[in-house]
Amino acid sequence: MFTSLLQNVINALQWGSFYSMIALGYCLVYGVLRLINFAHGDIFMVAAYLGFIFITFLFKYVFAGGAVSGWLVLAITLPVVMFFTSLLGVFIERVAYRPLREKGAHRLYVVITALMVGLVLENGNLALFGASSRKFPAIIQRSVLSFGGLHITNLKVLVIIAALVTFAFLQMVVNRTKIGMAMRAISYDKFAIPLMGIPVNKVIVFTFILGSSLAAVAGVLFGMSYPVLDPYMGMIIGWKAFIAAVVGGIGDIKGAFLGGFLLGFIEILIVSFFSSNLKDLIAFLILLIILVIKPTGFYGVAKSTKI
Amino acid sequence: MEKIRQNLFIVSLGAGVLVILLLAATGAIDLYVQTFIMFMGVNIIFATSLSIVNGYMGEFSCGHAGFMAVGAYVASVLTVIMFTPNKLTGVPLLPPSLSIVLFPVIILIGGVVAAFAGLLVAIPSFKTRDDYLAIITIAVNFIIVTLINNMAVIGGSRGFMGMRKVIYTMTDVFQFPYMLFWVITFAIFTVFIIRRFVSSIYGKGIIAIKQDEVAAEIMSIDTNKMKLVAFMLSSGLAGVAGGLFAHVIGYVNPGSFSILKSTEALVMVYMAGMGSLGGSVISAILFTLLLELLRPFQILKWVIIPLLLILLMQFRPEGLMGDKELPDFFPKLKKFYKFK
Amino acid sequence: MSLLKITNLVQRFGGLTAVSEFQADIQEGTLNGLIGPNGAGKTTIFNLISGFYVPTEGTIEFDGTIINGKKPHEVTALGIGRTFQNIRLWHDMTVLDNIRLSQHYHLQYSLSGAIFRSRQYYKREQEIKEEALKLLDIFGLKDKADEFPKNLPYGIQRRVEIARALSVQPKLLLLDEPAAGLSSTDVVDLIDHIKWIHENFDITILMIEHQMQVIMNLCEHIKVLDFGKTIAEGNPEEIQKNPQVIKAYLGDEGDIYA
Repeated sequence: MFTSLLQNVINALQWGSFYSMIALGYCLVYGVLRLINFAHGDIFMVAAYLGFIFITFLFKYVFAGGAVSGWLVLAITLPVVMFFTSLLGVFIERVAYRPLREKGAHRLYVVITALMVGLVLENGNLALFGASSRKFPAIIQRSVLSFGGLHITNLKVLVIIAALVTFAFLQMVVNRTKIGMAMRAISYDKFAIPLMGIPVNKVIVFTFILGSSLAAVAGVLFGMSYPVLDPYMGMIIGWKAFIAAVVGGIGDIKGAFLGGFLLGFIEILIVSFFSSNLKDLIAFLILLIILVIKPTGFYGVAKSTKI
Repeated sequence: MEKIRQNLFIVSLGAGVLVILLLAATGAIDLYVQTFIMFMGVNIIFATSLSIVNGYMGEFSCGHAGFMAVGAYVASVLTVIMFTPNKLTGVPLLPPSLSIVLFPVIILIGGVVAAFAGLLVAIPSFKTRDDYLAIITIAVNFIIVTLINNMAVIGGSRGFMGMRKVIYTMTDVFQFPYMLFWVITFAIFTVFIIRRFVSSIYGKGIIAIKQDEVAAEIMSIDTNKMKLVAFMLSSGLAGVAGGLFAHVIGYVNPGSFSILKSTEALVMVYMAGMGSLGGSVISAILFTLLLELLRPFQILKWVIIPLLLILLMQFRPEGLMGDKELPDFFPKLKKFYKFK
Repeated sequence: MSLLKITNLVQRFGGLTAVSEFQADIQEGTLNGLIGPNGAGKTTIFNLISGFYVPTEGTIEFDGTIINGKKPHEVTALGIGRTFQNIRLWHDMTVLDNIRLSQHYHLQYSLSGAIFRSRQYYKREQEIKEEALKLLDIFGLKDKADEFPKNLPYGIQRRVEIARALSVQPKLLLLDEPAAGLSSTDVVDLIDHIKWIHENFDITILMIEHQMQVIMNLCEHIKVLDFGKTIAEGNPEEIQKNPQVIKAYLGDEGDIYA
């Protein structure tokens, strides 16, 4: 009983790690721009595909035939995918979002644009690769670590560690560095910040790079853990991660991170105690109830209107 | 003479509907065109009803398809058990020929139930605004769809069918393009209701909420009540759209009311411009047309449409019509239609 | 006769006491001032009266009814009109609509009336429009009826906002810094204007103001707040001489008009 509970906790930690890493990306962009970047889930999907393409390329042309350490492949793949995903993120911001911001369009029009970008990515991918799902190559030999009756695969450990490391890294960037300070400053006051000599657009680009790189890490690890890729995989997981971020308290990194794990726990517990059919229903009901009781989430701060 | 000219719009609208119905009844326009017109009508109801909340009240509801689902399922289940032999009750509960009279009533009942489902969003909206409310609407959309997915009685994820037979019970009595008639009637009725609502001092209360909620409250507007009215009217009309949609297609499944469907409504409303009813009607027509024209491109259709919209946003960041109505662009139109 | 009676009003936000033990007894037909340095709790008192906050302790009695705990729109319907420090007009609605919408509390028709256009609907819409135009006419704003407030000069916006507050036919009018942001000539106009309103509308006025010129010219009775506490009250002469008031405003020495 106890070990099965512990086993579930570990599964939840791993599952929650993905939500958290994606939620952090939403949170970063939302924190700086007040923009729900609905395309973020699809950026995560693109990252998984990029990982798939790049690894296939590596095995076909670079390491053809030769035995090579999976960790080396991963070490090469991650930065490359992060680079290209960031490029995509920055491209989207540059081409779709920034012009609207500069024209002073209503905030919601930027949100709608983000939704449209998401659709383009999903369906563009579908048009390119077809409807059949792809299998992510297994690069790292799965090994099972056992403690008593408890079994953890090395991949699970890797995912959980990755989530913790990225979180710690982001905390450091946002709270300890100059550019992090600029990010927080922009979220407080869009109008005064340019007057202080802070290059707003550069900070925004940096934000998108951070968020997309996170999505890249999540995407590649997700591909390794659940090796079936399909073009819509980013949509549902993205929406869910976003709701999780809000429940945690969007605008605060801690909140988004914890929200992701919370959703992971809720889902895994429902699956193990009830049935997987009810997973979404109960999970969303719980999130809805939390939001109705505490609309700004656990860590969010209510913006009070001054009368 | 003056009176006729002022009502020219209404007269020509009525004549147009009559001509379409006649053409359909005689078979001059085929089923393909008829279906296309019906989709247009459903989309008009779907888009304009969302514009109450997103356009006029300035909230960002992204789960409109959830309410459409409620209306679709309630109306479908009712018509099927009332008028056709079915798995749930075996024999029809009412004489099938009654379907001719009761069909619109049942569509409205679907709307009323959907309006009550709207309370799921309306009540949180008293305390919550903006993005946080948007999240609640998304969650509600997911909840409604997964709930239907888990209800095996009405087919679960496999969907629910049998509405085609309901239409046959009607045509058995008397041959007539019923669905076409009801879709057009309800579409006109919806636009009419919304226009009258937002042009009365009563309904303008929701525009006041959009522009300054604190001022609205201090100037004696019961903001909670107005939010309740707006959300319920909006989701109720979406439910009507759902009921009609289900009977046009003859088959519904939870997947057709996902967030993607809600996105379509958002596209239509924001393509039109926030707070333009005429704009929502026009963009619903354009959107349906675009979907049909791009059909040969198959999946690429869903790349082209979003790209077009992204482009539109770049050139007209306030949408096609902003918050203006047609007569603001063509003042001469005012001559032909006096709004009462 | 007492119109607004406030007893032992206390408002705390977390650990901060914004208003403590505030008392007031405002007589019908009088013109009253509420002054004090920034952050003294003046606007908080307005927000308590108009129902945006529920007081931590104490009661507010207006015209014989206890109004604490009531929603702002209910308080307004009982007869309290209000303006804001930073003008809060509906900027994308015509001036006429701004005035008309404040009749929401006694529309006497509802959703079905609006949709089916009942006889009552036409009757009320017509009456409300006529009343609104009459009010705008009295305020010399009739030619601005179809303009959007955002396009009007600041001084006119203030005037529209006051007209809007009066359109709910209040017995008590709360003015929150009506002179803020006005030029010195506009301020002189405003003083005459408020005097004129007070005489012509048969109304009781309570105003917050920083410009002593306005307060001293208009108010018969003044209350001075500092850190949520009432430190002085009386007529203008008494207040000007009160050493505590001078201290609160200027430190230890100096003149109020400095």
